[in-house]
Amino acid sequence: MASNAATAPGGATRPRSSLRKAAQRRSTIAFLMALPLILLIAALVVYPAGYAIHLSTLNKSMEEFVGFENFEYLFERETFWMVVWQSSIFAITAVVFKALIGFVVAHLVHNIPLKGQRKWRGMLLVPWVIPPAMSTLAWLWLFDSSYSAFNWIIEGLGGPRVPWLGETGWARFSVILVNVWYGAPFFMIMYLAALKSVPEQLYEAAEIDGAGWWQRMWFITLPMMRNIIAITVLFSTIVTFANFDIVRVLTAGGPIDTTHVFATYAFKLGIESSDIPLGAAVSLFMFPLLAIAAIFILRDVNKRGNQG
Amino acid sequence: MAKSNLTRRNLVRRGATAAAAGVAAFNVRGAHAAGKLSVGFWDHWVPGANDSLTALCKEWAAKEKVDIQIDYITSQGNKNLLTIAAEAQARSGHDILAFPTWYPADYARQLEPVDDIMAELIKKNGAVNRTVEYLGKANGKWVAVPAAPGSQMKPPCSRIDLMKQHAGIDVQAMYPAGGPPKADAWTWDAFLGAAEKCFKAGVPFGLPLGQTSDAVDWVGALFQSHRAQLVNSNGDIIVKSDAVRQVLEYAKRLVQWLPTDVFSWDDASNNRWIISGRGALIMNPPSSWAVAVRDAPQIGAQLWTHGMPAGPNGRYAPFLPYFWGIWNFSKNKSAAKSLIMALCQPEAIAKLVEGSRGYDLPSFANLTTLKTWGEIEPPKGTLYHYPNPHNHQIQSIAAAPCPPKIANQIYTQATMTKMIARVTTQGESIDKCLDWAQRELQGFKRA
Repeated sequence: MASNAATAPGGATRPRSSLRKAAQRRSTIAFLMALPLILLIAALVVYPAGYAIHLSTLNKSMEEFVGFENFEYLFERETFWMVVWQSSIFAITAVVFKALIGFVVAHLVHNIPLKGQRKWRGMLLVPWVIPPAMSTLAWLWLFDSSYSAFNWIIEGLGGPRVPWLGETGWARFSVILVNVWYGAPFFMIMYLAALKSVPEQLYEAAEIDGAGWWQRMWFITLPMMRNIIAITVLFSTIVTFANFDIVRVLTAGGPIDTTHVFATYAFKLGIESSDIPLGAAVSLFMFPLLAIAAIFILRDVNKRGNQG
Repeated sequence: MAKSNLTRRNLVRRGATAAAAGVAAFNVRGAHAAGKLSVGFWDHWVPGANDSLTALCKEWAAKEKVDIQIDYITSQGNKNLLTIAAEAQARSGHDILAFPTWYPADYARQLEPVDDIMAELIKKNGAVNRTVEYLGKANGKWVAVPAAPGSQMKPPCSRIDLMKQHAGIDVQAMYPAGGPPKADAWTWDAFLGAAEKCFKAGVPFGLPLGQTSDAVDWVGALFQSHRAQLVNSNGDIIVKSDAVRQVLEYAKRLVQWLPTDVFSWDDASNNRWIISGRGALIMNPPSSWAVAVRDAPQIGAQLWTHGMPAGPNGRYAPFLPYFWGIWNFSKNKSAAKSLIMALCQPEAIAKLVEGSRGYDLPSFANLTTLKTWGEIEPPKGTLYHYPNPHNHQIQSIAAAPCPPKIANQIYTQATMTKMIARVTTQGESIDKCLDWAQRELQGFKRA
């Protein structure tokens, strides 16, 4: 039969030519060129995520399938809901401040004459390019209540020592502050790029029409930056929700668990307490919420892109 | 055509020669005839301590013809715990791995039983204390061997001068070098009085109350010396007891005499506290003394390591043994057992203790009087009482004797220090705090 198929007139040549056509199609070439990246993502993202889902369905000793029992267990724990609450405070506050500071600083840098602008851009990016575990260590020393420069200055000015990392309010403030310090330059550089892409003619036309600073900002700058703002906020929200190093180095979740975020709490349960399935369940908790948020924001961005 | 000499007689002769050569080849002890062994040891805090261990391993490897590969894995950032978890998941990695306190019990199913090694070592080196047995055995079987490197106690390390001057306590007279302790008056009440006096003199005791090991360990000893258990050995929650209330009341009185920021201290903060000269006492292994001798010799010369205060239930000292375990997926179990056996011989342990400047603690009864602790200085005899040579105190670990899997949760999630933080800085009532603890502990019982 095989030899019949091979020798049948047209039978052997048709699949070969359609294969050639498929190989020549732009979508096929694009797919083949993207394939290494797809494989990389599959190996480093999809597989670990799938494995984490699998782990979260096992019991503590990882011997039995327990379905959603780990999640049910977490939902009954007050510490877990405190972590949900803290992660939300941490991510939302940090992203809002990063966006505001990034926006303001981007405008300031944008208004610096082009000649000196590069220097400022470079300097302002420094917090973002230093590995956060390293820079957070420097912050840890600055926050040390017994020996730090901050408290030394405050004491020198006659004030009381501040328990930066020892009291819930101050500890939350400190971890958010460091996250804002680290992340604001990213917003700044993204917003600066967006600002540079706004055609100058639009501002000139608005000025001729008598538009003031606020009107130019509201009717030109913000609409032109909307997509970048949406993507940056989305990206930063996901990254901030998943933050580990800053909280881990500064407070390790303390005092009394009041600065834990999902990643540090998952580490505490999964690795330190040897309950890997529970740790996996904590780390997966935000996944559906963030995925839904990402779908909506990206759909909105796409829609506006198509309209444009 | 050449004549063939392949006669029957020649064939038999050649066959016999070849067979003899083959047998001889199998018996040749080549450089690495006994195979490979991969070991993951704990990366020691004390500079130079790893070298002693490496030398002993190399000596053993040369004798046994084993190709040994040693990795020192740091506990900074819990890298050792990550390695344990990763190797257990992958069922591949080192043959021998160092396991901290709770981890032999957690990974018992994947560890090779070592009853044979322990029986021989106990016979040779003396019995091990209850804590070692509690942590190293699972379902009645030894799953790991207590290792000297990394095993430690966290007794008080006091400033001789400041304690004498401000609290009227002569720690050297109480715990004389070379002799038994005379410390009947050294109780938690006396400790509280001394803490108050030192606080008022501007040199408070530096006792951490965060969520790290140093904090949990001394608080665990405080609870145990008052018979205050959260969960008993049967796994029953018994946190709502008078003993626990008594400890929380005591802690409320003690906290007022400690630095205000102790709730944010990590495991390095107390070391800095004593080395900076700002405090009169901490509870730590001799690493803080060793650093003080190096960086602040005038302070190092005033430090004296001694026993814990006693409570109504006795004198408990926080003891954290390290273990060496052999994965059941190891490819060279016999070599692994042979190495562990070699490293637990009295002469090897003496070298390890010397190399760690007295930090490492063997868990065997006959090895608590090695010369290093008696001779090391300054001041001479400063570490004499560190290994508990007179069995003056009960070596225990926080949350014991409750089942290790629950105790691990209590320990790593620092339930006891959180209870103290709740009734002090948070101003919570003891009843509310006990309700909270009850709910937490209920969750820890999850199978």
